[in-house]
Amino acid sequence: MQRSYEVMFIVRPDLVEEELDKLVGTLQSHATTAGATVKNVEKMGKRRLAYDVKKFQDGQYVLFTLASDGKSVHELERRLRVAEPVIKFITVRTDEEQQRLDKVKKLRAAKAKRPAPESAPESESPAVNA
Amino acid sequence: MADEATQEVSTPAPRPQGRPERGPGGPPREGGGRKFFRRKKVCKFCVEKIDDINYKDVRLLGQFVAERGKIVPRRLTGVCTPHQRRLTAAIKRARNIALLPFAAR
Repeated sequence: MQRSYEVMFIVRPDLVEEELDKLVGTLQSHATTAGATVKNVEKMGKRRLAYDVKKFQDGQYVLFTLASDGKSVHELERRLRVAEPVIKFITVRTDEEQQRLDKVKKLRAAKAKRPAPESAPESESPAVNA
Repeated sequence: MADEATQEVSTPAPRPQGRPERGPGGPPREGGGRKFFRRKKVCKFCVEKIDDINYKDVRLLGQFVAERGKIVPRRLTGVCTPHQRRLTAAIKRARNIALLPFAAR
């Protein structure tokens, strides 16, 4: 059962570029050893935080997109909690939402493919009433 | 001419029944300014066909958050119920990851 997750975490701002890369690499390998497939790693850069987290006003955001089961993500979360430079993280399950979006997109495409003359008389009548 | 007169007589009749239901935006609440209940508010997400209300796009979420960081009720923004629920969930997630404040100022 492959579910897709998004793990976004904030790293303290005083970390240097190489240290950040090293940390990200370590976490990626943790994820892979735990049984997750890292589909995407995105460094979203330094941002001002909306409130103080562990006495920091800024933070560097990193986003992981994974495909795995729940246990691997739990394991990754444990590592994130222990990692010293990581000050905050959130895990979001995205496969159900993605399923819903795909369904909506398919419905829209099917509706668009329907013959146009059918919709034209319907759109004219509300104009007459108004 | 006679037809118009009859039409005008018939329309006010349903109006008083409808007004207490459409309380928000009605004159008794606001007191001046608005003539009748504001009904032209449409759901931004339905109109622009925005499907994906993500916690990551702060710019979109920020439009539905008040100055002090509170989530604006849907009677003010005109958002429909399913979208408001998704919006609320996204805003709460964004608050958790410090993209939006819990309480500003």
